[in-house]
Amino acid sequence: MIEIKEVRKTFGDHLVLDNLSLNIQTGSTCVIIGRSGCGKSVLLKHIVGLLNPDKGKVFVDGKEVATLGEAELNALRFKISMVFQAGALFDSMSVAENVGFSLIEHTHVGRKELLERVEESLCLVGLCGVGNLMPSELSGGMKKRVALARAICIKPEVILYDEPTTGVDPITADSINNLIRSLHDKLKVTSVVVTHDMKSAYQVADRIAMMYNGKIIFEGTAAEIQASKDAVVHQFINGHSKGPITETIDNFR
Amino acid sequence: MILDRFFIDLGNRVIAFLYFCGGLANLAFQTVFLVFKPPYKWERIVEQFKKVGYDSFPIVSLVALFIGFIFALQTAYFMQRIGSEIYIASMVALSIVRELGPVITALVVAGRVGASITAELGSMQVTEQIDALETLATNPIKYLVVPRFLAVSLMLPILTVYANAIGILGSYLICVLKLGISSTMYMTVTFESIFYKDLLTGLFKSWIFGMVIALVGCYEGFNVRGGAEGVGKATTSSVVISFIMIIAADCLFTALFYFILP
Repeated sequence: MIEIKEVRKTFGDHLVLDNLSLNIQTGSTCVIIGRSGCGKSVLLKHIVGLLNPDKGKVFVDGKEVATLGEAELNALRFKISMVFQAGALFDSMSVAENVGFSLIEHTHVGRKELLERVEESLCLVGLCGVGNLMPSELSGGMKKRVALARAICIKPEVILYDEPTTGVDPITADSINNLIRSLHDKLKVTSVVVTHDMKSAYQVADRIAMMYNGKIIFEGTAAEIQASKDAVVHQFINGHSKGPITETIDNFR
Repeated sequence: MILDRFFIDLGNRVIAFLYFCGGLANLAFQTVFLVFKPPYKWERIVEQFKKVGYDSFPIVSLVALFIGFIFALQTAYFMQRIGSEIYIASMVALSIVRELGPVITALVVAGRVGASITAELGSMQVTEQIDALETLATNPIKYLVVPRFLAVSLMLPILTVYANAIGILGSYLICVLKLGISSTMYMTVTFESIFYKDLLTGLFKSWIFGMVIALVGCYEGFNVRGGAEGVGKATTSSVVISFIMIIAADCLFTALFYFILP
């Protein structure tokens, strides 16, 4: 279980997370929605220990992430994989080396097993036989899927997705959504998906949490968010240009 | 009002400088600690040795040869006036081994390797590859900085010995072919004028310069912000800071050796 308790994070004078609290149940898929730049990715980085909160605590399986030593943090990172927005593939390595990176660096698996695991992960994301290509030879959608293959290669218990469908065509986006759903069903992983793509959110979520002004202002199922009477939630999920979110920005201007 | 702005600007610059010093010292301590912490991925270290050392030999050869030519000609200008051409050999040898060899090689490597380290790590930083390394349970300092630190700090003294030899060869060519000094005489005077301490102090400085180049290059790369423009700015400042620190360290150690090993 992932527990985020009253986390506050600022960058300079900019308050990004404002006493934000959220619980994510083991084995569920939680989608965090919100406008671009509202701090969704910052929240994900707190879960995997890339950032530490100024105030508040983040617990994964009962352990506070910010207080873990290097060895414990590395052990945690073997349980949590993160899929970055642009893939973050190592461009000096082939696709196979990217996917098998953790196994090569941290385990003593033989070459045969390594190649099998890499190919199995690539096939799971629908990219059998591309191991010898370099990241520069891949399209945006393929890069995202290779990043996903790298994330699942170590058989994690939690996968964090940072805007997995941003910048890809609708068909690829749909196949990525199906992939997230099927990984959840097949591997029983806990998934945390950050997105502002509502179609994707409805497709993959068990629960949806909406971030606004550094806080979670709504948490519930897809049906519950669609039925929400909250004006901010309503404006965001329906993609209206006029409403309380944009009024605040206009007033600020 | 103008005075206020001046002091605010000055204060910000002092804070930025202290922040840089603290960050660089922190990176240096962590790197040195991790150098002695196994496991070692030798293929990555060897790859960096090739990039830093082997690939730098052509440009170092060219620069060192020209420095030898120039220095011999400039020294000859004065020595001919006082009829002491033969001392060109000892002056060139001592200047190259003690000073020009280490410094010029370090500046060439800072421009070639330091800039490339910053650009490479900076690009990794802006495309979140360094964050990705961390999420894959890999320490970026151990994985990225340690091999570069070892490669630059150990290859720079080797490149310096090579640059010394090529520089002296350049001077030899000018003196023997152009100024009519006998080959045997030139070599005898050269070897008589250089002591082990001259060579060793030069190599010690090279080793320090190598550490400076690697650490500044990596630090600037890790601290890139703001995409391609940020990578460009960081690369420029990496080279400028390395140049300044190399000259400052050279000044410090030259003074130190002058008084300790007169």
